[in-house]
Amino acid sequence: MAQHQVNYASSAGLPIALTSVDKLVNWGRSNSLWPLTYGLACCAIEMMASGASRYDFDRMGTIFRASPRQADVMILAGTLSKKHSEFARRLYDQMTEPKWVISMGSCANTGGMFNTYATVQGVDRIIPVDIYLPGCAPRPETLQYAMMMLQKKIRRESANMKKNTKQDLTHQTGKRARLI
Amino acid sequence: MRKYVPKDNVQGKSYYTDRFWVAPRVPREEVRDTHFTGVVATLGVLVKEAHVELGQLIVHIEARDNVAVIKVLKETCGYTQCSEQSAVDYLAKDGEFELFYQLLNVNEAKRVRVLCRIKKGEAIESIVPLFNSANFAEREMFDMFGIKVNNHPFLKRILMPDDWEGHPLLKTYPLQGDEFASWYEVDKIFGKEYRDIIGPENRDPAKVDRHDTKRFARIGYEVPFGVDNTAGETQKEIEYSETLLVNYNKKESKTLDKRR
Repeated sequence: MAQHQVNYASSAGLPIALTSVDKLVNWGRSNSLWPLTYGLACCAIEMMASGASRYDFDRMGTIFRASPRQADVMILAGTLSKKHSEFARRLYDQMTEPKWVISMGSCANTGGMFNTYATVQGVDRIIPVDIYLPGCAPRPETLQYAMMMLQKKIRRESANMKKNTKQDLTHQTGKRARLI
Repeated sequence: MRKYVPKDNVQGKSYYTDRFWVAPRVPREEVRDTHFTGVVATLGVLVKEAHVELGQLIVHIEARDNVAVIKVLKETCGYTQCSEQSAVDYLAKDGEFELFYQLLNVNEAKRVRVLCRIKKGEAIESIVPLFNSANFAEREMFDMFGIKVNNHPFLKRILMPDDWEGHPLLKTYPLQGDEFASWYEVDKIFGKEYRDIIGPENRDPAKVDRHDTKRFARIGYEVPFGVDNTAGETQKEIEYSETLLVNYNKKESKTLDKRR
């Protein structure tokens, strides 16, 4: 038998915290960002350093997952060659919603110094990118900062995933385009 | 009088070229080394021409004799390693490819380079039965130059994707790729109809467009975001805000002594 009745409508003096579903969901999402264990070139060395004990991604809840089906974030760390672009896109497609992409380093952002026939000139040609991270290669602190910026971005987003399911590349082309 | 050369845009072209400059060549020496003379004598009539460059024996042969020559070098002369094999594109100059086989004799610490020339469209016999290391090298040569290798166990592209068009190490292949290369990933992942949506590659990311009002600001010529200002620009005075702590419009209180 209950000794006293709890009035849920008024929270005064009771252990109840009021929030919105958006905030609660985004709190969960942003504090357990699981990136895909996926390195392309030398930036991946910095990414590994970020994950290891000295820089310690784990304290931010960022734990690298070895399967795209368990990952939320794709860090494109390094030069993406045209031969490999198909597989990078396939990994992105295999990730479950919601998913975010960090383009790490000059090569992933623009092709970098590899202004050649065999390099994708910016991964945003094939994958919608959330955070562009400059540097060649970016220091682990920079990658952590990018992760924190991504957390900020996620906290701003709406909890229903409509925003994330379809991303457009209009910033790239100036045309109305939607890539699923 | 010397011809006047405009000095602007010096980064676009070299402003000084010596008309009488000749590219230095590696000096060619006669074959005097006892080991190398023995090698040339063993090969006999198969050798068209032989000389020594930088302590290495260079042997020019007919392309159809390549397996015979390399077999003699391996089995009789002790050249047990094929360290490299590829080709050089001389199509513009001579209409031919120059193929080279770099061989190493570990016991004698000597190297031999076997050179032969083939026309475009001609094939070469594989040396994989003699040297397994030539397997990947010949595949790479096929990938990069399109030179077919007869009796190769698995002649397939090794670096570029299987559905790639063109051979990138040919001198006629553009460094930034032809049309097929520039749309490769878009065509493959999304299909050709997405070319318009994704747009062409930006090959000069550092390019600054003077009239781009979305990404670049110009001091003294501020315009609102995204306004078309290709017609002309008018200079505007910069208005600084007057805040409580910092007044940018205030004149400098201190003036430097003119003698300083």
